[in-house]
Amino acid sequence: MFEYYLSLFIKAVFIENMALVFFLGMCTFIAISKKIETAIGLGIAVIVVQAITVPVNNLIFQYLLADGALAWAGMPDVDLSFLGYLSYIGVIAAIVQILEMFLDKYVPALYNSLGVFLPLITVNCAILGASLFMVNRSYNFGESIVYGIGAGVGWAIAIVVLAGIREKLKYSDVPKGLEGLGITFITVGLMSLGFMSFGGISL
Amino acid sequence: MSNVKEILFGPIFNDNPIGLQILGICSALAVTTKMSVALVMCIALTLVTAFSNLFISLIRNRIPSSIRIIVQMTIIASLVIVVDQILGAVAYDISKQLTVFVGLIITNCIVMGRAEAFAMQNPPGLSFLDGIGNGLGYSVVLMTVAAIRELIGSGSLFGFEILPLVTNGGWYSPMGLMLLPPSAFFIIGMLIWALRAWKTEQVEAADYSIGGHTALSRG
Repeated sequence: MFEYYLSLFIKAVFIENMALVFFLGMCTFIAISKKIETAIGLGIAVIVVQAITVPVNNLIFQYLLADGALAWAGMPDVDLSFLGYLSYIGVIAAIVQILEMFLDKYVPALYNSLGVFLPLITVNCAILGASLFMVNRSYNFGESIVYGIGAGVGWAIAIVVLAGIREKLKYSDVPKGLEGLGITFITVGLMSLGFMSFGGISL
Repeated sequence: MSNVKEILFGPIFNDNPIGLQILGICSALAVTTKMSVALVMCIALTLVTAFSNLFISLIRNRIPSSIRIIVQMTIIASLVIVVDQILGAVAYDISKQLTVFVGLIITNCIVMGRAEAFAMQNPPGLSFLDGIGNGLGYSVVLMTVAAIRELIGSGSLFGFEILPLVTNGGWYSPMGLMLLPPSAFFIIGMLIWALRAWKTEQVEAADYSIGGHTALSRG
């Protein structure tokens, strides 16, 4: 059992890396990777939010939205799965808001270091993407917890590595026109090529 | 009149959402292995951007600014649900290939970005055109990337064979790398380079420039 969850985790972190294999959360990935410190802050925020939202969305899907899920309320014929997108994004927005208020009150140090990134996370595709993949692959509650954390960790690793490379890249002589966005894309492409090598591992 | 033209066609090259504004890259990379899939994605995104801009602009004076993100999200998510249901009914195969990426239009930064930056300040008609224009700008990049990837990766365009493959008795052996994720990053990087070589005013200022020999010898 433990082995199964461990391989699910490794798969979510390396083989199916959110940023480098599925291209999710790219906007923030490219925009906020100029400094390692901010990248670490954002990475932690993403891990925390993923670890909470994916399981919560899993419960919502299983007990409210899936076909026949409302059987416990005496309505076995109701299929609300078309409301999925609206509910997931609502849950994500609400959880980010609650997390922000909670951190502000009880862990102000972390709150200050995350700063503006917390609200930004609502519109990070990686968060919604993880919830959608979870529904798509019909994970159960236990799997969704592991998958949520794994997806977050994978994304965080990718952004921290990219930020490290970009800090060095600042001092290199890049052709005009390729500076900034262009060279960043090519760097990410090379990183993605590196992560492809995990693709051959079967767990 | 020139204003309308600027709003509609400006985003295609001068102010491209992907090339310059760094918006909506997520899906630009993921759905571009086949042109037919990319085309459906473009149409879906253009429609969602245009209509979300229109509706948000219609109620822009009634949205309290503290909850505007939630209101925008709700409108966008509802539109995406409509698009998803239509795709599932009309183009089932393609909607299966797009998997989660239709749903991810919700968090596509182009839609949110235009709603926030344009539709909140401008009248409905112009906002609608702005949505179409940005959708087109996105589509140009997406279709170019998809054309390159499909032509080199599988020797075809829209599923029609252009370069006869070795496996079918032709001469072209496809370059499998083009169908893998990294190639999308390389192509977009190169496209941005090409766009900026053509429109030099889009070049970003360097954070740090390398000095001459004196600077090197000193340190």
